[in-house]
Amino acid sequence: MSVSLPHALSVWRRNAAMYRRTWMWNILPNFFEPVLYLMAIGIGVGAYIDQMGGLSYAAFLAPGLVCVAAMNGASFEVTYNIYVRMNFEKAYDAMLTTPVEPDDVLAGEILWALTRSCIYGGCFFVVIALWGLAPMPSSLLAIAIIPLAGLLFAAIGIAFSLQIQTIDIFSFYFTLFLTPLFLFSDVFFPLKERLSGAWLWVAEVLPLLHPVRLARMAFRGDLSPVVAWDVGYILVLSTLLLAWARRSVRRRLTS
Amino acid sequence: MIIEARSVSKRFGDRLAVDGLDLDVPRGICFGLLGPNGAGKTTTLRMIYGVTKPTSGSIRVFGIDIEEDPRAVRARLGVTLQQNVMIEVLSPADNLRVFGRYHLLREPELSQRVEQLLDFLELRSHAGVPVRELSGGFQRRLAIALSLMNGPELLILDEPTTGLDPAVRLALWARVRALRAGGTTVLLTTHYMDEAQRLCDRVAIMAEGKIIGEGAPEELIISHLAPEAVEFDCGAREEAALLDGFSVRHRVRAGNRLMLYLDDATALAEHIRQNDSGDRRTLVVRPTNLEDVFLSLTGTSLEGGA
Repeated sequence: MSVSLPHALSVWRRNAAMYRRTWMWNILPNFFEPVLYLMAIGIGVGAYIDQMGGLSYAAFLAPGLVCVAAMNGASFEVTYNIYVRMNFEKAYDAMLTTPVEPDDVLAGEILWALTRSCIYGGCFFVVIALWGLAPMPSSLLAIAIIPLAGLLFAAIGIAFSLQIQTIDIFSFYFTLFLTPLFLFSDVFFPLKERLSGAWLWVAEVLPLLHPVRLARMAFRGDLSPVVAWDVGYILVLSTLLLAWARRSVRRRLTS
Repeated sequence: MIIEARSVSKRFGDRLAVDGLDLDVPRGICFGLLGPNGAGKTTTLRMIYGVTKPTSGSIRVFGIDIEEDPRAVRARLGVTLQQNVMIEVLSPADNLRVFGRYHLLREPELSQRVEQLLDFLELRSHAGVPVRELSGGFQRRLAIALSLMNGPELLILDEPTTGLDPAVRLALWARVRALRAGGTTVLLTTHYMDEAQRLCDRVAIMAEGKIIGEGAPEELIISHLAPEAVEFDCGAREEAALLDGFSVRHRVRAGNRLMLYLDDATALAEHIRQNDSGDRRTLVVRPTNLEDVFLSLTGTSLEGGA
């Protein structure tokens, strides 16, 4: 059985219908997170930093935080929300009494996570553009990186969510995985000025590093061949994790 | 036949949940799958709508092999799960709309269907209220409405009235009867024998993954026990003295409670009263029901013609 796009979209529409009612307390609060970082670190700490890579510190921070917003948008969706829908609300059991198949459920949820990452990343991009931190028109290319970052973290999160046996494990995912990524993926300081040769290669495994580097290149307006490696990393890792998730979701939903 | 299951088994690890089940459900009837918790009823249902794969055997629904084309089969049936699954922040009307989209219904059909079901299950008065503010009975009616969004030919109800008060149960039974009268085939599971007896044209009694008795409720009663029952408290030693050689078709004992089944209970009741020196124990004389059949078949108590 393969994905049926109309059925996947019906799953997407379920979530859209729900969030039309609850966005005020489900979506809005998380959106403020990168805005607060931009203010506290970018403006506050940034006042003590003359320049970073030729830019004001707030301008240095902005592209990375666009990716962080996208990462957060996708991650909240594919962790707690999916776990609750699957194990407590039994939403997928109800969907599977209709022509919707497990593959459609997975595709619909990934599409929804992408949507949410685009809402977060897009809104944050508007904020920094209004702030004058996004050089025009080069930074517009970074908008295309938002769904890439969303896809990557939707794939990582859902693969993780399908393996765990208890919802408590998510606190590890957030504090021991996403937070360190956030802190050490080129968002706050240029890794290559802080890490020595071998460690720089090790850092290449960090997922957030790749969309952040792409966004930074877009903001600067100079694309280098490393784009191919970053985009390739995102697409290949996402594909592998989604293939794994596809097997897991069938096992979880149809036994 | 709407459903044909042939030697279907399902194994979960070491446990055989369903064991060589054969089942035929003809069009237009209400069929009840009865049994205690853990008998394999829900697993059987899940295999019928194609979410659980049988370890062996085959199932055809509407003549279609469920493993070959589950989408085609599920487009034509509806399932009400044991647990109500709905979006709590949305109204019944919005929930119905979301569910209709799983069946790819579009406007104007989608809205027409929502309106029809709001009326049919008497949800109109609360059509715009968030589901989390509705009572259990209301939520259960909505759960059934959801499974009717595609106008199914086969409606599967998993424990439709568990945990509901008697008035709500009566109202739901009326809806199920109305659907059946309209030509919908109904397959339900329950562990309420009165529900089965009132609603079902045919029942199958399941225990430990097997069907141990099947037929129309009246038929089952006649073939396994007898039409009338006498029931009273009495110890094993008193029993012999009270009966004093009176022959009964069947007896079932559950602790201190003795149930006797025969064609005509009046004579036996008279006989016991005469032998019952002084005690004047309370005799219940009643028609035999499915619960008696169930007790005698599942052997939850001693059984024998003695």
